[in-house]
This record gives sequence, structure tokens and C-alpha cells, in this order.
Amino acid sequence: MALFSNTATLLGKELRTEFRSRELLTTTSVFILIVLVLFSFATNPGTEEAREFAPGLLWLAILFASSLMFQSCFLREQANDTLSSLRLAVSDPFAIFLAKLIANTLFLLLTEALMLPFFAIFYNITVWSQLPILSLVLLLGSFGIAIAGTAISAISAQARMRELLLPLLLLPLLTPVLVVSATVTGSLLDRDPVIQWKGIAFLGVFDMIFLTALWIFGQYFLEE
Amino acid sequence: MTKRILLGVVAIALVIVAAYANFFVAPTERTMGVIQRIFYFHAATAWAGEMVFFVCFVANLLYVWKREQKYDWLGVTCAEVGIACITVVLITGPIWAHPVWGIWWTWDARLTSTFVLWLLYVSYLLLRTLIEEPGRRALLSALFGIFAFLDVPLVFFSIRWWRTQHPAPVIMGGQGSGLDPTMSKVFFFNVLVMHIFCVFLIVERYILEKLRHDVDLLQREAEVQ
Repeated sequence: MALFSNTATLLGKELRTEFRSRELLTTTSVFILIVLVLFSFATNPGTEEAREFAPGLLWLAILFASSLMFQSCFLREQANDTLSSLRLAVSDPFAIFLAKLIANTLFLLLTEALMLPFFAIFYNITVWSQLPILSLVLLLGSFGIAIAGTAISAISAQARMRELLLPLLLLPLLTPVLVVSATVTGSLLDRDPVIQWKGIAFLGVFDMIFLTALWIFGQYFLEE
Repeated sequence: MTKRILLGVVAIALVIVAAYANFFVAPTERTMGVIQRIFYFHAATAWAGEMVFFVCFVANLLYVWKREQKYDWLGVTCAEVGIACITVVLITGPIWAHPVWGIWWTWDARLTSTFVLWLLYVSYLLLRTLIEEPGRRALLSALFGIFAFLDVPLVFFSIRWWRTQHPAPVIMGGQGSGLDPTMSKVFFFNVLVMHIFCVFLIVERYILEKLRHDVDLLQREAEVQ
């Protein structure tokens, strides 16, 4: 139970830090917007092509945005060496990870919620009719991205060239999330929508495997 | 020292024998012709490479658990040897694919997941170059290695189930798959040879890593004095 109360406290801290400045949310949202616009300049898609490529593009934009967003996740703690205090304060270091990855998931979901209307308008896609299932896919996908991203940002924060290292380590690791989320979103936003439950379950399995790995190995990431 | 030389001689001799078997013992495949002979080398190297990455994963786990330097040396050794094997696979694959399929590359499950595997372990080696302190480098790269290895089956199945029109596996692919008896003998001989060759490479690279460590230690001692 100590784990949950610690996590709740730390989560409150993470959210408070972010909502005081809202730096992450604004920069990431603008970044996604830029990618969405640049993609249409790069390919000049017609209506049909836009429909076909847009889901993959959306997830690619989320992936790139996440690799920017997670940079500060552990770096923020290094400025005043608050990580050591955090480690002393909690009974289970997994609470630090859990709080950070829930906060990261929430930030990603918020950005996605802000960007989804623009995505729908720019690429002429109706998302409203499929919103409940789409939200589930976004939730599971973002959760997976946040789990792997939080773990990798704990590694990259302790290395040189960390800004480059994080995407380098994280993006290949997230290949399964990209493949499956893009496909499931694609068939969901098709003219004849199909709900691919198998894909949604796969995302759940991905999240479970990496969450379990993080639970087992999380404490070693933060060793002095 | 004698054992190492003996192992090296045996390993290289076996590779030459395997090459002879590939070219002259195995029958020519009916539809693909001579180009199919690259299969023995290509697939055997892939199997050996995957085995080496598995050893790397075990070494990473053992390092996190026991914190003994030898497991770190074994981890980096296996990552490098594995990358060498997979590089060979990624080069011989297109050489085979181009005449047979008419294209150099297709985004099918096995090709793509092999490529992602290669990328993950290249990132593993890059990560090692970017952390100065030896203890931290060993621990963090071992943790990344564990995550990377867990990711590989997920990559494979995600692409296999959602992205693929690829041919069914030839070996252990269920009904209708399989090899001619001579072909399969040559193939499994190649698998054995590539494993032995990898053991030889791992032993040599491991000793090199250990020597590097010793030199590093001596240099530091000299600096202190």
C-alpha cells in the first residue's frame, strides 16, 4: 500500500511541476502540429492517400513528440540532485517510475486530445463516431510509449549526448507499438471501420511485459 | 594458448569444409537454381547470431544479478559478435532475394525484425561509448540489453500479424515445409559450424576485453604513482 500512496504523492508533484509552467505540453503540441503540416508538404496527398497514410503519420508524430517530451523526465531531478532525496523518501523505488510514467502517459494523452481535432480537420477524417475505441487505442499505445520512454530516459539522463541518445534507444524499441497502433487506428478510421481487438490486446500485452520488466529492474536504473 | 590456436584452426577448417559442402555436396534447388546455395550460409549465420544474442541477454541478466565484471565483458563480446553475424545475414539476404524475388528488400516480418534487432544492438554499443564510468556503463547497458531482447519477439509478431505477405518459414513451418534430406544435412552441418565459429570469435573477443580492462587498470595505477 505504501507503493500506491508514495506514487500518488509523487504523481501530484509531477503534475504540479508541469502545470505550473505547462512547458512540455505546449512545446510538444506545437511540435506535433508542425509534423502534421510538414508531412502534407512533403507528400502532397490527395483525399484518399491522406486517409490511408494519416493514422501512421499520427503515430509517428506521437512517437517523435514523446522522445522530446521524456527528455526532461529525469533531467529535471538532476539540477538540484533531487533524485537522491526521492530515493531516500520512498520505500520502493518503483514508485518513482510509476509516478513518472503515469504523468508521462497523462501528458501524452492531453497532447493527443489537443491535436486530434487538428488531425481530423487537416486530413479530412471523421474521428467522432469511433472516439471510444480510438481513445482506448490511444490510451494503451501512449501507456506503452510512456513505460519504455520513462525507463530509457532514466538511462539516457546518465550518459553523454543524452538528447540524441534517448530517441536512438527508444524509437527502435517502440517499433511494435508503432506497427500495431497505426494498423488498428487505420482500420478504425477506414470508410468501413473494423475494430481489431487482436491488435488492441497486443498493445495490452506489450504494456504488461514492459511494465513487469520495469517493476523487476526499475530499482537498478536509479542506483548511485 | 594452444587450446585457443587449436580452436581457431578447427573453426576455420570447418568453415572451409562447410563452404565445400554448400557448393558441391548439396543438390541444386529446382526453381531457384545455384543462388539458393547461399541459403545454408545465410540461415545458419542467422541462427548462430540469434543464439549469440540470447547468450548476451543471459550475460546481461547475470550482470544485473551478480555484478561480476566477467558478465559485462561477455555481454559486450556477444553483442559485437551477434552484430557481425546479423550484418552478414543482412548482406547475404538481399544477394539471395534480388534474383529470386526480383527485389533487394521487402518489409516482411523476418527481414524487418532482424533489422530492428541489429539496430537495437548497435544502439547498445553506442550507449556503452557514451557512459564514462565503467560500473555505471556495465549496469545501464545490461538493463538496456534486457529491454532490447524482450522487445525482439514483440517486433517479430507485430509485423508478422499486421504487416506481412511473406512466404511461410521453410524449416519448422508446419505442413508442406521442409528440406531435401541432403540439403537438411548440409544445412544443420552449417548451423553447427557457425556456432563453433561464433564460440571461437567470442573467446578471442572476451580475452581482448579482459586485456583492455587490465591495461586500463595498470594505466590508472601508473597515473596514481
